Amino acid sequence: MQAIQSINPAVLIASMYVFMLAAFLGYQLISRVPPLLHTPLMSATNAISGISLIGSLVIAGMNKVDFHALAAGGAAAKPSIATLLGFIAVVTATTNVVGGFGITDRMLKMFQQRKAAKGGKK
Amino acid sequence: MEPSGVNYFLEFTYLIASILFILGLKGLSHPETARRGMFMAEAGMLAAIIGTLFHHGIITYEWIAAGLIIGTIIGGLMAIWVPMTAMPQRTALSHAFGAFAAALVGIAEFMLHGGLAMPVFTRSALGFEVMLGSLTTTGSLIAASKLQGLIRGTPIQFRGQQYVNALLFSSTVGCLLYSVVNPASAGVFYAMTGFGFLSGVMIVIPIGSADMPVVMSLLNSYAGLAAAATGFVLGNNVLVIAGTLDGFSGFILSILMCKAMNRSITNVLFGSFGAVHDVAGAVMGEMREISLEDAAVRLAYANKVVVVPGYGLATAQAQHAVRDLANALEERGVTVKYGIHPVAGRMPGHMNVLLAEANVPYGDLYEMERINPEFPTTDVAVVVGANDVVNPDARDNANSPIAGMPILEVDKAKSVIVLKRGQGRGFSGLENPLFFKPGTSMLYGDAKASLSQLAQEVKNV
Repeated sequence: MQAIQSINPAVLIASMYVFMLAAFLGYQLISRVPPLLHTPLMSATNAISGISLIGSLVIAGMNKVDFHALAAGGAAAKPSIATLLGFIAVVTATTNVVGGFGITDRMLKMFQQRKAAKGGKK
Repeated sequence: MEPSGVNYFLEFTYLIASILFILGLKGLSHPETARRGMFMAEAGMLAAIIGTLFHHGIITYEWIAAGLIIGTIIGGLMAIWVPMTAMPQRTALSHAFGAFAAALVGIAEFMLHGGLAMPVFTRSALGFEVMLGSLTTTGSLIAASKLQGLIRGTPIQFRGQQYVNALLFSSTVGCLLYSVVNPASAGVFYAMTGFGFLSGVMIVIPIGSADMPVVMSLLNSYAGLAAAATGFVLGNNVLVIAGTLDGFSGFILSILMCKAMNRSITNVLFGSFGAVHDVAGAVMGEMREISLEDAAVRLAYANKVVVVPGYGLATAQAQHAVRDLANALEERGVTVKYGIHPVAGRMPGHMNVLLAEANVPYGDLYEMERINPEFPTTDVAVVVGANDVVNPDARDNANSPIAGMPILEVDKAKSVIVLKRGQGRGFSGLENPLFFKPGTSMLYGDAKASLSQLAQEVKNV
């Protein structure tokens, strides 16, 4: 995740390969998930895609917020606005990661075998 | 950091995260391994976050710390407090959050690095990221409001809607293309963002609540693809991998949901099913009512009972009552199974979660393909709050609006008891011939109350 300018075509081509391979792998993996677990699947993949958090983290930490520049507006305010947008993104992405994984685990805990269910909860 | 400019520690944590995410999803192929898989995915996420905190571009931690703390509190509270019946709303909301984060990162990137210096491929990815992100944000918010009942769940339509939407969507794509070709014009980029937000609203308001499983899956897919596009913009492969896995998961689920309703995605998005149906009130005979006592006796002396739950079970919060009834029957030696239609509930797999919450062992939950051959040997099929998914017209009547939709063939059972609120029609407004068949008896009233009373009666038989 270096500065934008440093991304050369070779990296982009490699990313296309990664994308295609991930797509095939995703198809294979997801097809094996039984309908029984489709709701946990959706909340799990949602939590995993909360990985966009790492992009937000860098943006929220890249510049200090200069409130004078922010009030003045114009080009000088841009880095500060970007930091604040990054901050909001960190909040929403973290909410997704923590909430998503938390609720997935809560659901998966409920799926129990017969003998376990007969003996009450766990 | 190495002199080459590559932070090997950071890249290593991302590699570990990618592997753990894949193993985590692999774990979801069986309920026994699912939790362990999710622990792996959580560990991967933690590794990636810690690695990122050592990113050389980060010079200040105050906003990061504040964001992480606030997000953890909100997410933690949601994870603890959201009831299982509200899972569709919560998931829609989290699609909105994820997509909003992607859109904001894209806008911030545009502010910091946008313009001619940015390679054209990156500009395109950035445009896609912000377009999908903004559209998914508002679309998911509308979906969540519909599911929560904040705005009415029936399709909201007006004359010329399709034209307005077409115009709006082409404006969005037009702005996207223009800002890729001519990156100096920031205004066009922001206009695209605005159009994107508006499109999300317009796309989802004409869709009814019953079609939400498809819409949810589709928005899931968009949110994932927006994250993958972020990966392209930042040149970050773990984002590409995680986003693509999410995108594909949503895509596969939407196809499965469409198949389960025998409709195409375009038909769901633009067909506005369940809106206006000129159902000729064809009287198909008498519906036979059954008393609680008779129903209890019939259930108590059955060998095999199959329960078919629909969304009505969830709205009546009757999942625990149904489990009590099943317990009472099982104590008498009756075999009880559950037949789950793929679109029972408001999101894929929703009904399974509700029944698992009520301590129904997952081995008793049967998918449509597995339960249908069992109906001819079933003594009593109990339909709770389901209608269209058991409508034999879908199979027998080629002129029915739901013709071709795969159904649970409860009409093949020896007898059927339908628990229903009143005599009204189902969500789609269609008559259901099942209710008029000689083997079918209707038990009117609130599903939860009826089921608890039935359980009591069965114990007394």
